[in-house]
Amino acid sequence: MIFLTRKAEFSSAHFYWVEAWSPEENLRVFGKCANRNGHGHNYTLEVTVAGSVDPTSGFVVDLKELKDILEREVVSIYDHRHLNLEVPEFRATIPTTENIAIAIWQRLDNKIPHAKLHRVRVYEMPDLFADYYGER
Amino acid sequence: MKAHLNRRYHFSASHRLHTEAYDAAKNYAVFGKCNNPHGHGHNYTVQVTLSGQVDPSTGMVCNLAELDAFAQTNLLARFDHMNLNTLDCFANTVSTTENLSIEIYRIFQRFPSAHLEHVHVEETSNNSFDYAGSETPMPGTI
Repeated sequence: MIFLTRKAEFSSAHFYWVEAWSPEENLRVFGKCANRNGHGHNYTLEVTVAGSVDPTSGFVVDLKELKDILEREVVSIYDHRHLNLEVPEFRATIPTTENIAIAIWQRLDNKIPHAKLHRVRVYEMPDLFADYYGER
Repeated sequence: MKAHLNRRYHFSASHRLHTEAYDAAKNYAVFGKCNNPHGHGHNYTVQVTLSGQVDPSTGMVCNLAELDAFAQTNLLARFDHMNLNTLDCFANTVSTTENLSIEIYRIFQRFPSAHLEHVHVEETSNNSFDYAGSETPMPGTI
């Protein structure tokens, strides 16, 4: 078993807000992240897949194919978009780093031929990142 | 759903690797320049990994502001711009980054709002240390 990690980047806007809460409660819990006008980040996505090395090609997965899958399934939908307003899974779910990692897992699960999705890591900033391993 | 949150903190501190159990010659033989008498310093980076169920309302494993406040009080205020050898936690142990990692693990174990998975401490960009509190492999580690 070999683990292979591919990175991708996207830049997006978001904000944190729970409609059921008062503005004061949103501000207390989310601080400056609750600014309704949004703010943005340069996100880095790391997708790790696990699989066996093909004896002929020497690949776990074809990196070009993996790059194209990340582009099609994630980057083309998230990049230079407002996550709350333009990405369907965040209409009712706050686009925290944790939820972005889970959403990207759900977008990629079963889409990568010949390998098993192992980990989705999303960096909101170099000092803040979330991992999702598909756990319930 | 269970996710892992990683947060990195930075502090600068001095230390000297030295043990009373050895004589001067052996201290220098074992610790080399890290045993120089007046100490030296590093820019340390601490990476803590916490896990938990993502709260369906907030979308968070734990509130980042709460974690940052905890780290400020219990990590940064204690270690930043300090001489590690003068601290109680290194009264009887050498201030190696292994021992520092264990101490930092003990600190974040007390964080009440998420489960500590492991700590990763970088002493320099070339040296880093991991501690998960036991001999078992870290969850999710590849």
